[in-house]
Amino acid sequence: MHHLLLFNIIDQARQLGWGGAFTLLRNGIVSGSLYALIALGYTMVYGILKLLNFAHGDVFMVGTFLGYGVLIGFGGALAPTIPIIPLILLMFAASMAGSGALGVAIERFAYRPLRNAPRIAPLISALGVAFFLENSAQLLTNSAHELYNGYALGGKNGNFGPLLNPVFSVAGNPVTVVMVIVVLTAIALMGALVLLVYRTKLGKAMRATAFDREAASMMGIDTDRVISTTFFIGSVLAGAAGVMYGLYLGDAYFFIGFLFGLKAFTAAVVGGIGSLPGAMLGGVLIGLIESFATGYVGGQWSEIVIFGILILFLLVRPTGLLGSHAIQKV
Amino acid sequence: MTDSFDTPDLPAPPPEPEPSSGIGVDSWVAEADRRRLRGRGPLGLAAWGWESSPDSLKLLAFVAIAASLPFWLLSSEGNLFNFGLFTLIFVGLGLGLNVVVGLAGLLDLGYVAFYGIGAYAYALLSSPYYGIHWPAEATIPVAMGAAVIPAAILGFAARRLLGDYLAIVTLFFAQAFLVFTNVSNPTVFGKGLTGGANGIPLLDPLTFFGHKLTSTRALYFFLLGTVAVVAAAIYLANQSRIGRAWRASREDPLAAEVMSIPVNRLKILAFIFGAAVAGALGAIYAAVTTATVSTDFNIGVLIILYAIIILGGFGSIAGVFVGAIIINVSFEFLEPQSDYPSFKRWLFYGVIILMVTRLRPWYRSALVLAGAAGFGFAVHAIVAATAGHAWTSGRTVSGAGWITHWVVIPQASHGNFRNFLYIGLVLAILLVASLPGWWRTIALAPTLYLTAVVWENVLVQNPAVTALILFGVMLIVLMAVRPEGLLGTARVEIV
Repeated sequence: MHHLLLFNIIDQARQLGWGGAFTLLRNGIVSGSLYALIALGYTMVYGILKLLNFAHGDVFMVGTFLGYGVLIGFGGALAPTIPIIPLILLMFAASMAGSGALGVAIERFAYRPLRNAPRIAPLISALGVAFFLENSAQLLTNSAHELYNGYALGGKNGNFGPLLNPVFSVAGNPVTVVMVIVVLTAIALMGALVLLVYRTKLGKAMRATAFDREAASMMGIDTDRVISTTFFIGSVLAGAAGVMYGLYLGDAYFFIGFLFGLKAFTAAVVGGIGSLPGAMLGGVLIGLIESFATGYVGGQWSEIVIFGILILFLLVRPTGLLGSHAIQKV
Repeated sequence: MTDSFDTPDLPAPPPEPEPSSGIGVDSWVAEADRRRLRGRGPLGLAAWGWESSPDSLKLLAFVAIAASLPFWLLSSEGNLFNFGLFTLIFVGLGLGLNVVVGLAGLLDLGYVAFYGIGAYAYALLSSPYYGIHWPAEATIPVAMGAAVIPAAILGFAARRLLGDYLAIVTLFFAQAFLVFTNVSNPTVFGKGLTGGANGIPLLDPLTFFGHKLTSTRALYFFLLGTVAVVAAAIYLANQSRIGRAWRASREDPLAAEVMSIPVNRLKILAFIFGAAVAGALGAIYAAVTTATVSTDFNIGVLIILYAIIILGGFGSIAGVFVGAIIINVSFEFLEPQSDYPSFKRWLFYGVIILMVTRLRPWYRSALVLAGAAGFGFAVHAIVAATAGHAWTSGRTVSGAGWITHWVVIPQASHGNFRNFLYIGLVLAILLVASLPGWWRTIALAPTLYLTAVVWENVLVQNPAVTALILFGVMLIVLMAVRPEGLLGTARVEIV
């Protein structure tokens, strides 16, 4: 028979117990860090161009494939030809550089010609880019799920490798090396980003351009270059998130960009689009909500819960948690 | 003005020139631009005649031509189904979306969800799934209602959101609908409500007052009538106060608000209008395909609809027809199971050659075409001489043997050879786009050849994905080159 939803949730929570709750918390924080990294790209571009870069999720998807390409180039996870630490570093480097270049190219060819067009034009162009990237990836990979096999990295004969070693355990639920890598790398990258934006000359130029592009260019800031750089940085973060996604969740697939990107985008909006700390907070929040919704309500409802939250959130507080209210000038 | 100064005597102003008796001079001058831009030759004359004929006549002409199609061009069942029915469904959907996006200027990314709601409403009410067999005259209004209610709620809730946020909310609505139908599939009366990934099969044919529309031809005429009614309704709405108010609030919502136009109410109205059209067509679509699957309402379909209205031109009703015909016909040719495998190739090369001949002066395009041909034969000869027979004899092309002598088609796939070709082509196109002047012309010839190689080696193998890739590219290129589409009017951004 049908249970009432609330009873269902309580029932589920009792079954999972504290250990289960910890697992959900852990999973939420790890995937939330990935959401946060991608959300930063959305929020930076929105802050500077007032453009929803629908293609950003697909840049992340390309990042997972670039990392996978390096992994395969050095023999694959089951029989790597070089030690795993340089291998992983190489994967990060290739994916970040490639995604960054892709982001710059997208900005240069799809968005720059539309700088002064009506607002709807770049949005549609962004949809076109997303569609192009997604289907190109489908064409090139024959719609295959490319397995990273991260569990076997560094292990002998396909056994579990060091990435799955527990760093510490809570009530028998391990936190593995790869999870720690994901969270620490995300924190490091976000720290570097915050330093860049608030402590360097380039960051100052970025903030100025976001505040008022015209005035910034009158002050001698090369706004086109600043915008390019913004796309580059956002896409580099997405590329890093791509490799971590592959190592943590295990596969590269042409369709992940859309859905994962959409959730990251939710994170950016919940945190307050245009705000860097907001994107980080929103990312972790969305990760936790998704994880707990999967555990307590059921996997088939988790996405609906997220989208429902987003719609409600936009209606009640369109500026997000940490966003500032935009004053419409006439 | 005070009289403290004495005004010196000024000479009398010269008398005003007598107004000349040129009646209509003003309109003649005003139309000078239109006349200047008018094309020469029979094509220009046809365009001129089309532009100056009244709109009701245009619709009538379209209906007359379309009604005659089943008797000559599309006389076979299969062709009428693929080319006729689906084009009309796309026209109808495009008309509805055009009200929301083109007339009211709202970026509605949830449009496919309303379409899907209509389809699922028909599937639940007219199928053996729950054993309910309502006739179509009852189901279609219910389907429209089922689509309109969430649209009204969504529109009301989102009425104060600005453009971007509206796009987000509607996109999430569409995605939530997809997940709901595909994954959630709640159990109602002992069955999954939406049939999950399998959808709901075996729907009833459209039945009006006891008459079953089973033949493709009957469905075609029914759809043609529906589309004509929808087009007329939208045309009349566009000519009325509501249409003017929509356009006004699209151009400048703030100014419209100040002019006492109820902008929010109009937004919701446009939303509802679009959703009603989508719901009705969803129901018809479900009946035509006799099954409802959630993948028919995904983002890909949304992109195709956007491609249609953008190609035709935002806000142009005739443009929707043109866009839908172009997109659906090219899509059908690109289908893997197309009855016209060689048409695919001619369409592709034809479009490319047509694009090249747009280069001015004429010898530039001639040079590019000749260069591409020569480059191809040279590369083919070099590869054949150095790499051997296996690299140039991959596939025989029936009906176009010259292609195998021009394009390098290797037998084996040679690892990631094809992927590198594709990525190389993308890079080459980006390079051509960023080169100036003559360099661009020079780089164009090898790029064209590379395009042909990629087409023969990669794209032809996977035509369905290719079509989607080309739509994506089309959106980007159209936005950069001609954002107003084929028949739209260029908008002037007032700052």
